[in-house]
Amino acid sequence: MARMKFLCDAERCIECNGCVTACKQEHDIPWGVNRRRVVTINDGVPGERSISVACMHCSDAPCMAVCPVDCFYRSEEGVVLHDKDLCIGCGYCFYACPFGAPQFPQAGAFGVRGKMDKCTFCAGGPEANHSEEEYRKYGRNRLAEGKLPACAEMCSTKALLGGDGDVLADIYRTRVTARGKGGDVWGWATAYGQPGQAPQQQPQPAKAKS
Amino acid sequence: MIRRAGAVGIVLACAALALAGCGERPQVVTYKQGSYQGKPDQPPYTGAPFDGNQKEWDNALRQRNQAQNEYKRIGS
Repeated sequence: MARMKFLCDAERCIECNGCVTACKQEHDIPWGVNRRRVVTINDGVPGERSISVACMHCSDAPCMAVCPVDCFYRSEEGVVLHDKDLCIGCGYCFYACPFGAPQFPQAGAFGVRGKMDKCTFCAGGPEANHSEEEYRKYGRNRLAEGKLPACAEMCSTKALLGGDGDVLADIYRTRVTARGKGGDVWGWATAYGQPGQAPQQQPQPAKAKS
Repeated sequence: MIRRAGAVGIVLACAALALAGCGERPQVVTYKQGSYQGKPDQPPYTGAPFDGNQKEWDNALRQRNQAQNEYKRIGS
């Protein structure tokens, strides 16, 4: 099994927010926490694009590098997870993340800044698989049920793909060949670029013709 | 004799209880910079429904991965 990745096809995303809803529903996410959200670029301008954004489970995750209590780990499948029992809610990961993935609940033992919460790739966390504790802290563990993340599986246009990086790349390649455009994958260079290699510049969205 | 043994038993139980109260548990995590300090996680294929069968789990995920490819689903 190769490593798990997310891929959002900006040519297909219709900003329906089905992924956001699926995530919220699947993990019983509290109000104010958004593990996944849809971002629109060039809103209202011809050529606008929407992209579904969450934790990309980066190859060289900046959140892991900056965490002062080292509560992050990477699973065998390449999913970046964290131990909420260790997290002190300092917020360093939030500043380090290029995707704005870490979320901080506004209630709980730590007052206004609770323990960090983020997308788990539906892989739970460091608790026994399918346990009540795991669900309460991290949400449902779909990966242990042999399923892929709910957001990707629920996506009606299949703009959001989640799973084995090699398979996703194959699917995307077939699509781009068939439609003959839109070969740039948003966020992949930042999330999965080679270590030591400077992240590539994101492709600029098409500007409106005057 | 029985009463004495009972009393001794109660004393021993109380002593064990009192000693348990003195048991010191580490209250502070000792951090090692740069390495994960939290609880270990289980691989996803442990427990139901795969019961440790990694191959079966791989196959299930492979199938799900391919289900995202509509060119294969509809047969282009």
